[in-house]
Amino acid sequence: MRRKVIFRGTALPLALLLPQLAVTAVFFLWPAGVAVYQSVLQQDAWGLRTEFVGLRNFADVLADPGWRDAAWNTAVFSTAVAALAMGTALALAVQADKSIRGARAYRTLLIWPYAVAPAVAAVLWLFIFHPSIGLVGRALNSAGIPWDTRLDGDQAMALVILAAAWKQVSYNFIFFLAGLQAIPKSVLEAAAIDGARPVRRFWTVVFPLLSPTTFFLLVVNLVYAFFDTFGTIHALTGGGPGNATETLIYRAYVEGVQNTNLGSAAAQSVILMLLVVALTMVQFRFIERRVHY
Amino acid sequence: MLRRNLAACAFAAVAGLMPFWNGTARAQGGQPVELQFWHGLAQPLGGQLEGVVAAFNESQNRYRIVPTYRGSYSETMVAAIAAFRANSAPHLVQMFEVGTGTMMAAGRAVKPTHELLSEAGVNVDFGDYLPAVRGYFQTNDGRQMSMPFNSSTAVMYWNKDAFRRAGLDPEKPPATWKELEETARKLKAGGAACAFTNSWPGWIQVEQMSAIHDQPIASLGNGFGGFNAELRVNNPFMVRHMDNLIAWQKEGLYRYGGRDAAADALFPNGECAIAMLSAGARSRVTREAKFPWGTAMLPYYDDVPGAPRNSIIGGASLWSLNKGPQGGRSAEEWRGLAEFFRFVSQTDVATKWHMDTGYVPLTRAAYEKAKAAGYYKENPGADVPIEQLLRGGEMTENTRGIRLGGYVEIRNIIQEEMEKAFQGQGTGQQAMAAITARGNQVLRNFERQQR
Repeated sequence: MRRKVIFRGTALPLALLLPQLAVTAVFFLWPAGVAVYQSVLQQDAWGLRTEFVGLRNFADVLADPGWRDAAWNTAVFSTAVAALAMGTALALAVQADKSIRGARAYRTLLIWPYAVAPAVAAVLWLFIFHPSIGLVGRALNSAGIPWDTRLDGDQAMALVILAAAWKQVSYNFIFFLAGLQAIPKSVLEAAAIDGARPVRRFWTVVFPLLSPTTFFLLVVNLVYAFFDTFGTIHALTGGGPGNATETLIYRAYVEGVQNTNLGSAAAQSVILMLLVVALTMVQFRFIERRVHY
Repeated sequence: MLRRNLAACAFAAVAGLMPFWNGTARAQGGQPVELQFWHGLAQPLGGQLEGVVAAFNESQNRYRIVPTYRGSYSETMVAAIAAFRANSAPHLVQMFEVGTGTMMAAGRAVKPTHELLSEAGVNVDFGDYLPAVRGYFQTNDGRQMSMPFNSSTAVMYWNKDAFRRAGLDPEKPPATWKELEETARKLKAGGAACAFTNSWPGWIQVEQMSAIHDQPIASLGNGFGGFNAELRVNNPFMVRHMDNLIAWQKEGLYRYGGRDAAADALFPNGECAIAMLSAGARSRVTREAKFPWGTAMLPYYDDVPGAPRNSIIGGASLWSLNKGPQGGRSAEEWRGLAEFFRFVSQTDVATKWHMDTGYVPLTRAAYEKAKAAGYYKENPGADVPIEQLLRGGEMTENTRGIRLGGYVEIRNIIQEEMEKAFQGQGTGQQAMAAITARGNQVLRNFERQQR
């Protein structure tokens, strides 16, 4: 099916690529290069005294129990966010795909949260679940259920997962809905004629046909949970209580920006970068094989 | 041809994203020299600070100081450090006391106040400054490194209505922890949602309590003696106090209100009957509280010998910064800062600042002036912070303050470990041991960076 488009000469294709390459170089290659360089240095906050320390920053980070706790938090957080955001989005997409009255309005409403900035979304959730000023938070407390995200690590984790997942449901919803609409009606009708009930039709026909979408979203959601949830965590819990909601990206921020230990923060970022590269490679190598395109 | 245009476009786009800001200011054609001043005070205090700056700008026409709010204290500090690395630091930055150790070790990034003043030929009489205030920002041999500006200390606010409702004498706040414990039980029995809380958990429950009871935070005189100091918070006194707080929290007497100033809101909204807050919270409480309240000194344990002594300060001081690693300030710019320092040290200005904000008067002259103006008669309790700072005679090496590098990080560690203890994850002893272990690592890192 693929047709190759051949350009004459090299000037035009290069010129067309240039903006993208420039953006990649300025916003990815350059900062990533600086991070790698910083990660082998030890420097005071003001950048006045610099010393080459080899891999000691990496050794220190990996030996730090606090960093390992953050790694565990990240695993729990990312898995939960991806599962919750994708599960909810799929359920909603299946419902919105039905021909019901006002389906368009529902769809529009479901897409809205995506337009809300992470920090704003977090503040929204804070106003709902804050133990003393939040609507639900107060109700829970007055109903005798002790709710305090400032002191209960598990509750705080649940809250950031909820807020981060909510933000991502819309995005997943759009893709699932598009995926559902791309499934030929004839296949479903054939299955129906063969006597398959809706639930069976979903698991044996729809879900496998959706697997490319699901796979794509899994990668996107994990990367989202790793990197883009900083604003949510920052506004909701600040990594606390204790270090209960501190993920790897948040820890790198605290180390680099708040504590101005650039060497250690750079080492953490490099490790994080390698982790995500590895994760993506594993996903494409092993999971993609089982995906029906 | 096309490629060149695209490259130019890409370059222009990138350049447009990076705001160029020329921080150098020069007097040109009679224009005043512009000096950038970054501060970390939110409203209403920020507006009051900007009022002081406006008064300075009006008082002369050679210099114009431009104040900019840069977020919280720690955000302001980080922004100034980043700007310095990018060769565009502000002339003046307001830095909280926690950052003092880091600033003192900043070498040529900072222009020490004593140097700034003597080069400009401006004289400020630091002898009249309160020892607890000036000492915090001096080197060990008594040279002034930064300009004291807004100093606070922690005091106890109590809600007189809540005391009345619980059948307590509304004019008699608890003075010791023992009395506070009994008062808190009665308040709880009387229906108070929360008997007592505090903001700045590390500053109030660890640093202030250590000073008041003459206990060390760190060796070498809380770090005044050098970079190789080690934390000493894992001592019987701190362990006892932490265990008490944990027990009171379990009993429902003590409410942990969150990090930094998060608990400030719990007092004026009437939720907590007693709150230990910064003296600088006075203007907010005055504005928001719809009930009669008072301020008293922080409670102490009367069985600790020598207690109570003076509390230590919080708040911030003003640091003059070089433009970047290569220096880059003119003598005229430094002169303008020296003139501003002289301005804020004037008794009139310092007295007004103290009376407007609730920060402590920085000099004895300002204290006397406020007294003579009848300020403390009209505002009973407004002299509590300064009395508490002057209490107990000569300061000891445990009550001078804290001079530890990387202390911003250590204070966060203290808050984190306190939160873990309040979650029921350990005893006071374990919390203090964890603070010591993690904090010492920060101190060693900092020491290594100074080589």
